[in-house]
Order: sequence, then C-alpha cells, then structure tokens
Amino acid sequence: MVTTTAPPSKPLVKASPARGKAPLTRKRREALAAYAFLAPDAIGLLIFVALPMVLAFGVAFFKVDGFGNYQYVGLANYKLMGGDDQLWASLKVTAIYVVTFVPLAFVVSFALAMLVRNHFRGIGWVRSAFFLPHVVSLVVVGLIWQFLLVDKRGALSKLLAPFGLSDVSFLGTPSLALGTYVVISVWFVMGYQMLVLLAGLKDVPKELEDAAQIDGASTWQRFRYVIWPLMRPTSFFVVVNSTIGAVTGLQAFDLVFVLTHGGPARATSTVVLYIYEQAFTFNNMGYAAALTTVVVAILVACTGLMFAFTKGGRFDED
Amino acid sequence: MRTRFFPVLAHVLAFIVVAPLLWVLVSALRPAEDVFTFGWPTNWTLDNLQYVLFKIPMPTFLMNSAIISVVVTVVALFFHSMAAYALARLRFPGRGIIFSAIMSTLLVSLPVILVPLFLVAKQLGLLDSYAGLIVPSIFHAFGIFLLRQYYLNIPRELEEAADLDGCGYWRRYWSVILPLSRPVLASLSVLFFLANWNAFLWPLTITRNPDLRVIQLGVSGMQGQYASAWNLILAAAVIAAIPTVVVFVAGQRRLVDAMKTTGLK
Repeated sequence: MVTTTAPPSKPLVKASPARGKAPLTRKRREALAAYAFLAPDAIGLLIFVALPMVLAFGVAFFKVDGFGNYQYVGLANYKLMGGDDQLWASLKVTAIYVVTFVPLAFVVSFALAMLVRNHFRGIGWVRSAFFLPHVVSLVVVGLIWQFLLVDKRGALSKLLAPFGLSDVSFLGTPSLALGTYVVISVWFVMGYQMLVLLAGLKDVPKELEDAAQIDGASTWQRFRYVIWPLMRPTSFFVVVNSTIGAVTGLQAFDLVFVLTHGGPARATSTVVLYIYEQAFTFNNMGYAAALTTVVVAILVACTGLMFAFTKGGRFDED
Repeated sequence: MRTRFFPVLAHVLAFIVVAPLLWVLVSALRPAEDVFTFGWPTNWTLDNLQYVLFKIPMPTFLMNSAIISVVVTVVALFFHSMAAYALARLRFPGRGIIFSAIMSTLLVSLPVILVPLFLVAKQLGLLDSYAGLIVPSIFHAFGIFLLRQYYLNIPRELEEAADLDGCGYWRRYWSVILPLSRPVLASLSVLFFLANWNAFLWPLTITRNPDLRVIQLGVSGMQGQYASAWNLILAAAVIAAIPTVVVFVAGQRRLVDAMKTTGLK
C-alpha cells in the first residue's frame, strides 16, 4: 500500500542553475515527508485491518485446533456450512433484523429530525434527550432493558398491566425476542441518525419550501416534492450505514450478547454472534474464518444492490 | 394550535426516550428489596453504589478503561492528524490510491475481522496485555477522513508564511496545522473517548486476566456473578455510564459537530 520509493527523476544537481534545481529537490523532499507522516497510520491499518481481511480468506481453508495447529482442509469449511442449521438460523435472524431495523430506524429518525428541525423553546434539551441513549454503552443498554423487561416484576410489565399484558415475556418468548431487540436497537441508534439527517435538512434551502407554500403546496406536498428529493443523498448515506451496522456493527454483537445471549432458542442469534461462538466457544477458528468471508461477501452484495436500486443514491444529485 | 402541538409532542417524546435511563438511575438508588417497586422511591440509599465501588474490583475496571481510552485517544489523534496532513496538504506519488485504500477500510468493522484480528494479535504476542487492548484500537480511517476534510479548508497562506520562515514540514504540521485544528481534535477526542470507554467486544476477545478487565467487561460480568441482584447490577451500570454522560454533556456541541460531518460527503 505504501511505496517508500521517491519519484525516479534525480535532480540535475550540477547542470541546472540554482533556481531550477530547487523545485525538484523540494518535490522529492515533500514526497518523503508525506510518506513519513503517513507511515504510522498506514502500517497500523495494514497490520490490524487489511491483513486480517486477507487472512480471513486464507485461514478459511484450514482447520485450526485449540493449540493453534493449522491443517489444510481445502473447501471442507465451506462444505460444512450446507448442513449447519444453526448457521442458517443465524442468517435468517440477521436478515429479519436488517429488513425490520433499517426501515424502522430510518423512519423514526427522519420523523424526529423533522420534529426538531425548527426552533422552539427547549429544543436543545429535546435533541440531547433523543441522542442520550447513543452515548451509553451497548452493554449498559442491554442491562437496562433486561431490567425493565424482567418477567412480571419489570417496569414494562407493570406499565402494561392495565392492558392485560403483564404476563408477556418480551425476552423469553422466541417469537417476541427478535422484535424486542429491533426496538431497543432503534432506541439506541435513532438519535445518531437524527443528527445526520438534521445536518442534511439544514442544506434544504428555505426559499424552495416557501415558494412551494406560496404556490399552495400542502405540508405533505412540501415534504414529498421539496424536502424528500433533496434529502436523497443524506438518506442514502444513513440507510447504507445503518445496513452495514445492522449486519456487522457492534449492535449486532454487544447488545445481543448482553441482552439475550442469542436466545431464547437462538431466536436472536445474529451471524456475528454465531461466528464469535464458533471461534471462541467451540474453538473452530478455521470455520469461523470461512463464515467471516461469507459475511463479507453478503455485505459487498448488499451495498452493491443498494447502489443499483437507488441508482447510486447520493451521487446523482451531487 | 398547530405550531404548539409539535413542540409539546417533542418534549413528551424526549421524556419517554430518556425515561428508561432515569428509571434505572432511580432504581440503582433503592434498597435491594425495593428494586422492582413501581413508583417513586420512599427510601433512598447509596449502599448499592458503595458496594460495587468497594466490594468488587470496580476501581481496577475504571482505571483500566480510563488508561486505555486516554492513551488510544491521544495516540490516535496524533497519528491521524499526521496522516491527514499528508493527504490534505502534501503532493506525492500515489496520493489518490493511498487515500482510497484508507477510505475503503471504513467498511470493515470489528465484528467482521474479529477472528483473523485475534490470530494476528496472538502472533504478535498481544493477548492479555495492555498493548493488545490499546494498539489495535488506534487505527481507524474515520478520524483520518474527518481531519483531512478540515485541513483542506485551512487557508494555505498560513502554511506558506511558515514556509518562508524556513520551517520544515514537521514544524509546519506541529506549529501551524496542529494548533489550528484544536476544534476538530476536541470533537474527535470526545468521540474516541466514548468509543473506547464503551468498547466491549475486543476486550472480551483478547483478555482473560481479571486484572486487565475493562469497565464494560466488569459490568457485564455482574450478570453471571450477581444473577438477580439487580440493585448491584444497576449500580455498576450507572457507574459505567456516568463518565460517558458527563463527557457527552461537556462536549456536546463538539460531538454533534463531528457526528454531523459524517453525513456530509
């Protein structure tokens, strides 16, 4: 990635007059300085990001035992996947999570952004309040909701008691746990997405909206035909980011790990959590690496699809 | 009527959003037998906080997290600003490619490379060490990107003046660019501190030694150890959350600025 060779052109030190030689040596010095400035981060990224990426594709062809012995097994790890029901269950969990979490988070965040777009009394507090859940760690978020959702005795059960819902076990029922996890994720993420969308809304010229209003456009029409098209680049950014986060972000690991450990009955076992278990609970590093390559492939495909569907989203209007 | 409705709605929603956090704070201050009482507490107590602070190695957890967060933040800001300076201000062969390569790592998140990264760390002898907790956490393209954007907007004349005074590149970076970038550095330091204080997955993966346990590991460990002693678990959660909330409130504007910039190109 980093070439340390300077440009080949050697300055004609003797032949050229003093004024001519200055730019050449200067150019070379500038390049050398640049490489030196870049070196720490470039080397770090190479070792701790790029190398692991490449390594995943290599280790995927090995069986690695608990003692760190590598044995070449060809495609065996990939063949294992076909009969691995828990893997398919995890892929399904992640798929359902993505298609519910991403749209829900986007709609909620967009609504919040519209709500706190124009000044009103106490707007600072309101914006901070929406963002506050995002400041707390996912571990703490997981514990908080576990506590609030404790069966029967938890605050939510008591809150829902008047509606006859006090017996519902949000984290203990397989059919409800994933939905609960989605809602908690939205609560955690919406403040951040709101801020990004708010920054986008700031760039929507007020004159355009005013003009539309003078032409008799309703609130909805102003949103649909003025704000929405102008917000496409920002929206695209938010949705892509949110999808990547939902598949491979920390929210796919930390939160489930603390909240449900993937249960009940593996109902919230995300792919990322499953890979972690394979690697560190069952010591199947090779298999885990092979799974990693699959997730990378899925992610690349998802991002590609999204670019195709939105015709490049943000880029067509820049 | 219409203009009144939405601000009121916003306030109500804001309260609902923070209610779980407030509820947990209040519950952490109740005696053990009252944790699940629904209503305003009649008895307040600091026993839970005292217990987790002094009866379990909470000070060690807090100290570890503080050291790691501060060191990572400082070193990362230093390295990132150097890289960003080169990318924004210096001309050299391969600049475009190197910039794209660095940006492409933005797509890679920790859970994706966790397994191979663990193997790399193991080869480098970083398991169960402060170095293992700190070094891999430093490198992230986001900071480089944000700083580069900022440096592109600093007027070149300022640097040229230093150039005429005979300053080398290092002096220009250190004495001109770095002091000018205080606002972004402040924003990023809030962001980096929060990210590292809240880190859970990497410490979980790379440490076994209880002396190296960070705060998030310590708090999540309470789950198993104190299974249903919710008063203690909540007290630990509150202690883990306090620094983040304080940093957020203190650096709010800076944080918001940095976050917003992520959405802009």
